Amino acid sequence: MNRKHLRFPYWLFGLALLLVALSACASAAPEEPPRLTVMTHDSFSVSEALVTEFEAAHGVKVEFLLSGDTGSALNRAILSKETPLADVFYGVDNTFLSRALEADLFESYLSPLLASIPPAFRLDEQNRALPVDYGDVCINYDKAYFEEHALAVPQSLEDLTRPEYRGLLVVQNPATSSPGLAFLLATVAEYGEDGFADYWRRLRENEVVVVSDWEAAYYTNFSGSSGRGKQPLVVSYSSSPAAEVIFAPAPLEEAPTASITAPGTCFRQIEFVGILRGTQKRELAEKFVDFMLDVSFQEDMPLQMFVYPVNSEASLPDEFIRYATTADQPAQLDAARIAEKREAWIEIWDEVVLR
Amino acid sequence: MTKLPPTTRTARLKPLGLWAAPLIFLGLFFFYPLGAIFRLAIDAALEEGLTTAVLLRVWRPLGFTLWQAFLSTLLTVVVGLPAAYVFGRFEFIGKGVLRVLTTLPFILPTVVVAAGFNALLGGRGWVNLLLMNLLDLNTPPIQWMQSLQAILLAHVFYNTTIVIRVVGAAWAQLDPRLEHAGRSLGASALRNLWEITLPLLLPSLLSATLLVFLFDFTSFGVILLLGGPRFATLEVEIYIQALQRLNLPLAGLLSAVQLACTLLMMLAYSRVTARHPAVSLSPRLHGEGTHPLRHWREGLLAAVVVTMLLVLLVSPLAALGLRSVTRLEAGRGERAEVQSGLTLAYYRELFINRRQSLFYVPPLLAGRNSLVYAAATVAISLPLGFLAAYGLARRTAFSHRMEALLMLPLGASAVTLGLGYLVVFNRPPLDVRTFPLLLPAAHSLVALPFVVRTLHPVLLSIPGGLRQAAAVLGASPFQVWRHVDLPIISRAAVVAAIFSFTISMGEFGATTFLSRPEAPTLPVAIFRFLSQPGGLNYGQAMAMATLLMGVCAAGILLMERFTQNGH
Repeated sequence: MNRKHLRFPYWLFGLALLLVALSACASAAPEEPPRLTVMTHDSFSVSEALVTEFEAAHGVKVEFLLSGDTGSALNRAILSKETPLADVFYGVDNTFLSRALEADLFESYLSPLLASIPPAFRLDEQNRALPVDYGDVCINYDKAYFEEHALAVPQSLEDLTRPEYRGLLVVQNPATSSPGLAFLLATVAEYGEDGFADYWRRLRENEVVVVSDWEAAYYTNFSGSSGRGKQPLVVSYSSSPAAEVIFAPAPLEEAPTASITAPGTCFRQIEFVGILRGTQKRELAEKFVDFMLDVSFQEDMPLQMFVYPVNSEASLPDEFIRYATTADQPAQLDAARIAEKREAWIEIWDEVVLR
Repeated sequence: MTKLPPTTRTARLKPLGLWAAPLIFLGLFFFYPLGAIFRLAIDAALEEGLTTAVLLRVWRPLGFTLWQAFLSTLLTVVVGLPAAYVFGRFEFIGKGVLRVLTTLPFILPTVVVAAGFNALLGGRGWVNLLLMNLLDLNTPPIQWMQSLQAILLAHVFYNTTIVIRVVGAAWAQLDPRLEHAGRSLGASALRNLWEITLPLLLPSLLSATLLVFLFDFTSFGVILLLGGPRFATLEVEIYIQALQRLNLPLAGLLSAVQLACTLLMMLAYSRVTARHPAVSLSPRLHGEGTHPLRHWREGLLAAVVVTMLLVLLVSPLAALGLRSVTRLEAGRGERAEVQSGLTLAYYRELFINRRQSLFYVPPLLAGRNSLVYAAATVAISLPLGFLAAYGLARRTAFSHRMEALLMLPLGASAVTLGLGYLVVFNRPPLDVRTFPLLLPAAHSLVALPFVVRTLHPVLLSIPGGLRQAAAVLGASPFQVWRHVDLPIISRAAVVAAIFSFTISMGEFGATTFLSRPEAPTLPVAIFRFLSQPGGLNYGQAMAMATLLMGVCAAGILLMERFTQNGH
């Protein structure tokens, strides 16, 4: 009995180490082509064939780093900018653009494809952030609800404060949701910096429902979605009705929902791509930016991400022409002013609507 | 005359050997990334300065965080304790299945839980529709979404399994003869419970309560989705400040407050456990403590508990499963009839990459990835947890301090830690973009406290005399471990493994910043479906969630079967 009094199952630990080592080895493949890393938000999507084509043409492996929602992805890029995790960043929109530019995240790149993009989309004169797509954040409504109740569809932001729409609208918290922020900006554009708080006070009196994010608003609260909630009005995108048709369990002739695109009720989000400062693969990064601005990617986007192409040579898919609309007169708000006042406006909103 | 093992000497020497691996693990995957973020936050704070107005921004969420965590924990223990008793003491038909079902809430992503609750309790949920039809009402009688009640209900839904598993395992291990002795000496059932059973269960009960409290304390998704924007815990505020506003100083301060609270709780916990040390008892054979329902009162109790569990924990799961095979008619509006028939269309659709998307997730691949990550998490956290639990069992001053340290990851902000990973793990070999074990390592951080808390009380209950007796009788050290320790701790080890497994299967927080698109997991796939409008997307998310429950249930059953056959 002079052997050591072993109490602990060391072999278990050894076994685990072995497992760990094995799985690490299994994943290390030999001889890889150079990698181009694209950092983007969770909603990013693209056809497999297009990426494969790009990879073959340029002898590169493209990796996508999906990094949370719009705001989170950008802030992760900013926090890691000393040792960038990626070469290209896609997905900063006009409400966050100036934060990206102030952080000096991007290198300028004058892409030849900018020639086919209308100047209205090109918000950065130095071409550090290049426009890729746009989408209108608009109020969607449940057609059946309005028909059954013989209720007129609201046609302005002001209408939403009328008693017949009491408790019918669900919006997102602008502090945690990008469509929520866009809708807040639409109200700022409509009522001005001094008047929007009062408007929200009246919306609150009219029992507007506030939730944290788009998923909850659309799938839990909105009566027009499959979640069958209580509110027939929701802040979503002008392309959402087309998605309802495309992703219907049984073929539909007509979309069950529609968006309100009356003047001043929608806010246009433009999304940008940029080459991250300090990339070792500048040339490949340029090629990828060109690829995103070129017609085939631009025509692929609508059905992948439900956004509109900025390239005027790209044509829209049939479903978009038939079921989706864009706003003729979206709310206008200067990007620099958004940058300066965004936090303050959210604070005011928070005090008026939540406290 | 053979010498007894030199316990005093090993007690002094061995702790460091035991602690080395868990410490290195915590240092690399917890303190290093967290430290990097705190340094960034302090730098930014020095540059921009912190004002006193900031204190209000800390105070408001802190008060609510503690309040809701206290209420949630209380309710969870009230629901979980009778359930633990029924599971630990009785045998009844369907017990195994019910135990697995009550574990499943633990793995479900919050978005899915919100959808399940909505299908059940929402304005147009099945409960409301039923009540409206029965009572002839025009408005839904239950309006529970977006309220404190919804938060509490969801926390009970998520965490009751912790009490059932941890306390139930200890209850089944108790020597029933003690209670028999109490009864034959004339003690009432209540006095028996109060003076014999509860004191013996106290270590497990405290462990479970602490785990539940820490989970509620750092709650994030439940607050955001089920509570709505009027409620904010520290973690929600950290998320808003760090990821939406890029206010690092405030996010750092909030994270520090959260960590400090966790430390305080751990210290209080250590105090209490030091005053009520675990009693070592001769452990019982597997199944000895349980018996079939004998008396009508036992039957009634079991029936009440089972009904309560079915209503609180199983019905939302059933609602999800049902929803994944239900077709909704195209027109919607406010008509009362909800569904029009059953369908497998959503499941079929899962296997089709209709849009030829690069990010299409084949369900089998996602299931396999989830299983591989979960297995790796078990393989990392179980051995580390064993080491730490044996270290803690030495009950030295050093191990007391380590106890608090081990639990810290549970109270740390997942958002802050996630940012830390991005900042420090950015070059090979530890690179968030390529290193496949970073995700299981992050999951293991959360799983490790569970493993330790599950193993620790059981290890303490092993009387030292048993091991010495075995050694005296000529058993080798390994034989001592194999024949004395292992049979006693094997059940706790399975509980620990199941916790690690489920934590990894359902975890989404870390997955958002460590996920690699080429290796998507089931929760990632669910989120991709729910991020776009359309009935098919919604149905597929429900179908994927049902698959997640199925895969997880199979995994748990397999682990439970494995140990039962072992003995």
